[in-house]
Amino acid sequence: MDAQHITTKERLAIPRQQMPSQDPVIRSHNFQEVNLGYTIEQAQREAQRCIQCKDPVCIKGCPVNIKIDQFIKLIADGNFLGAARKIKEDNVLPAICGRVCPQEDQCEKTCVLAKKYTPVAIGNLERFAADYERENGSVELPTVQPATGKKVAVIGSGPAGLSCANDLVQLGHAVTVFEALHELGGVLMYGIPEFRLPKEIVQAEIEGMKKLGVVFITNSVAGRSVTIDELLEEEGFDAIFIGVGAGLPWFMGIPGENLLGVYSANEFLTRVNLMKSYQFPDNDTPVFNCTGKNVAVFGGGNTAMDAVRTAKRLGAEHAYIVYRRSEAEMPARLEEVHHAKEEGIEFLMLMNPLEFVGNEEQWLTGAKCLRMELGEPDDSGRRRPVPIKGSEFILPVDMAIISIGNGSNPLIQQTTPDIEVSKRDTIVVDINTMATSKESVYAGGDIVTGGATVILAMGAGRTAAAAIHEKLMAAGE
Amino acid sequence: MYKIVSAIFLAENIKKIEIEAPRIAKKRKAGQFVMIRVGESSERIPLTIADSDPEKGTISLIVQGMGKSTRELNCKAEGDSIHDIVGPLGTPSHIEKFGTAVSIGGGVGTAIAYPTAVALKEAGNYVITINGARSKELVILEPEMRAVSDEAYITTDDGSYGFHGFVTQKLQELLDSGKTIDYVLAIGPIPMMRAVAEVTRPYGIKTVVSLNPIMVDGTGMCGGCRVTVDNQTKFACVDGPEFDAHLVDFKNLSDRNKMYLPEERKSADLFAHKCNLNTLK
Ligand SMILES: Cc1cc2nc3c(=O)[nH]c(=O)nc-3n(C[C@H](O)[C@H](O)[C@H](O)COP(=O)(O)OP(=O)(O)OC[C@H]3O[C@@H](n4cnc5c(N)ncnc54)[C@H](O)[C@@H]3O)c2cc1C
Ligand SMILES: Cc1cc2nc3c(=O)[nH]c(=O)nc-3n(C[C@H](O)[C@H](O)[C@H](O)COP(=O)(O)OP(=O)(O)OC[C@H]3O[C@@H](n4cnc5c(N)ncnc54)[C@H](O)[C@@H]3O)c2cc1C
Ligand code: SF4
Ligand code: SF4
Ligand code: FES
Repeated sequence: MDAQHITTKERLAIPRQQMPSQDPVIRSHNFQEVNLGYTIEQAQREAQRCIQCKDPVCIKGCPVNIKIDQFIKLIADGNFLGAARKIKEDNVLPAICGRVCPQEDQCEKTCVLAKKYTPVAIGNLERFAADYERENGSVELPTVQPATGKKVAVIGSGPAGLSCANDLVQLGHAVTVFEALHELGGVLMYGIPEFRLPKEIVQAEIEGMKKLGVVFITNSVAGRSVTIDELLEEEGFDAIFIGVGAGLPWFMGIPGENLLGVYSANEFLTRVNLMKSYQFPDNDTPVFNCTGKNVAVFGGGNTAMDAVRTAKRLGAEHAYIVYRRSEAEMPARLEEVHHAKEEGIEFLMLMNPLEFVGNEEQWLTGAKCLRMELGEPDDSGRRRPVPIKGSEFILPVDMAIISIGNGSNPLIQQTTPDIEVSKRDTIVVDINTMATSKESVYAGGDIVTGGATVILAMGAGRTAAAAIHEKLMAAGE
Repeated sequence: MYKIVSAIFLAENIKKIEIEAPRIAKKRKAGQFVMIRVGESSERIPLTIADSDPEKGTISLIVQGMGKSTRELNCKAEGDSIHDIVGPLGTPSHIEKFGTAVSIGGGVGTAIAYPTAVALKEAGNYVITINGARSKELVILEPEMRAVSDEAYITTDDGSYGFHGFVTQKLQELLDSGKTIDYVLAIGPIPMMRAVAEVTRPYGIKTVVSLNPIMVDGTGMCGGCRVTVDNQTKFACVDGPEFDAHLVDFKNLSDRNKMYLPEERKSADLFAHKCNLNTLK
């Protein structure tokens, strides 16, 4: 079909192209990526569904305002590299965002086709363009501006830190990224599993940044190994961006939470993803042996879905999601819920744990739960779950994973008291510049918003980079 | 990669390893630890910084071969490297002039207590050290401990050297002799720390222990290291590792430390085939 000569009516008649994926039965036993990516034909066909609105409202739904209509047209026209480069004008990590953005709440929600038809699969197309560019070895290193002589330190190598570093290095600043762990990438590496986001893709982006001249120092905890003040005063950094994420797991504070077999999602996912304990004993770090066991994950977000699907892949007989509201309220991406169901994850909705119970050796044997029903809407507009009296029962489980969110790690705030923080310990910034209350210190991503999304973290990193650049260049005159 | 500058056995199965880590050497305080990863497929394990030389840019670790990771580390020699080291982590020991401070170390706990004993001495305390070992060959750091102590005692379980008995018996003896003790630091196996807590409890002496839960990141990100103190959950890697001995739930700690026993055995067995006797003196 000639992309140039199809009518709107014809476009609207094209069905949304299904993303090919691994068979659910097979994939629930492996860690390879679930989604296989569009073929060229599928991508072009999907791109033709876009009616090229005069007022492309999809763009308003994207936190970084990617020129969605333009990149999709480039795909329809067969200019895939052009499409990738168009996306990269606004989003430095498209292969990642195409995979993990909650599109149904963002760009695809505002797409005009969403109401009467199905929205254009913007995320899938974004992924296609980025993968095409990378797989064909066509990623071009951007040009780096002449050196400015300014030094910037970036704390944390998650999406916020990486995008900030990427922009600053291109503007000619000397950028050093300090990362607490032994591996770079933040949640993209230790949280989101391989089957959803291949680590190779994250590492390819980081390799690109190294080529541009970003210096990465792993094993370096700001606040412990070095403080913000030392970086500014002793090590000569002109500005600092803090992108340390929200990495302090919440527990529920119910009895039995310290029994053996009770994990935070962070611990479980870190052991499996970062420490590769699914390859025990070839890798030394062990993790609970899920084989044939019953595993319950408490929570309804992306982290909970990642944890439960990981437990299934490690051999769990029953893998449950236990959530206190109903499925409609679950914050996880729709696609993940759908995939989880296909893989045999059991969803226990409107259920709240009261206590964990264990045996003589203190190993977990069950979770005492209460059934809930939906009552009046609360402040957030979601209907509040209320307990059904006398509905307690014990769900027999061998492993429990708590996935009810993260607070912010207070290490930097504690050692840098002049950075203003909120009651929740998040760092307070001016949202136009991401500047903190401390001169020359900026912050963005989950450490500012609390647990949010990759694209918001990335956007914050870029906003900060622009503000830092402006400040440094003004100071230099 | 971080270079090992020297590696010597202090006793059977206990090795002192000095590693190049200039930033850590400069910053570390008594009571802090590092997380290390020996090789690319190794676990992250916590080890206390026993000593440091900021000029040389090195830190020293004293390691007891327990299972795979510590034995693999103890196979390393001068000139070798380890893959990762991060620190200093944990809240430094709370040091002040208490008056008479007793530092009690059991086994490799002696090495963990050593830097804090030094700091207690520097803060002007009258320092008494009691260091226990199973037998004479396993006594470590004796000269170092004597150098920082106003009174130094060694105890051995079998009586082959020093006081015949447990560290708690020596502590009780001191208390019975009417000595005023203002502060006790106890570091060693969980049963020892629990026993010390029971000795000092009736006297109301402030007693601090350094807990050794299983850790992963060591930065407060995973919650795996949680311990129960005063009926509250604390993350030992950031809130500790030192806690008020009279408030610690030792049973929960010792239960939780058994979480991976079958896996630890498996790793150790596989490793034994590779490295046999090299771990021993
Ligand atoms: C399991 C899981 C699944 C998720 N799934 C999705 C999804 O599908 N879609 C989506 O949009 N979002 C998802 N999210 C949320 C998303 O990953 C985060 O919002 C995003 O990663 C935040 O980016 P960041 O750069 O602010 O922080 P992070 O990605 O958390 O990175 C922070 C980095 O800073 C390092 N650090 C922390 N403290 C220090 C210190 N003191 N010194 C030096 N370094 C430090 C950390 O080790 C880490 O590497 C998920 C999160 C999790 C945990
Ligand atoms: C803050 C802190 C400081 C420490 N300082 C020292 C020190 O200076 N010298 C020293 O010899 N030892 C020290 N330890 C103990 C040391 O970390 C463990 O002996 C080591 O991790 C055991 O690993 P392994 O593979 O050799 O043995 P394994 O066979 O795996 O385990 C033996 C026992 O060690 C504990 N353990 C296992 N894995 C871990 C882990 N990842 N983190 C913590 N404990 C674990 C468990 O109780 C286990 O039963 C310290 C522990 C902590 C928490
Ligand atoms: S970055 Fe995310 S929100 Fe923006 S267009 Fe891409 S998938 Fe949509
Ligand atoms: S709103 Fe939908 S149809 Fe319109 S330009 Fe955007 S993607 Fe295309
Ligand atoms: S070791 Fe992970 S929080 Fe302490």
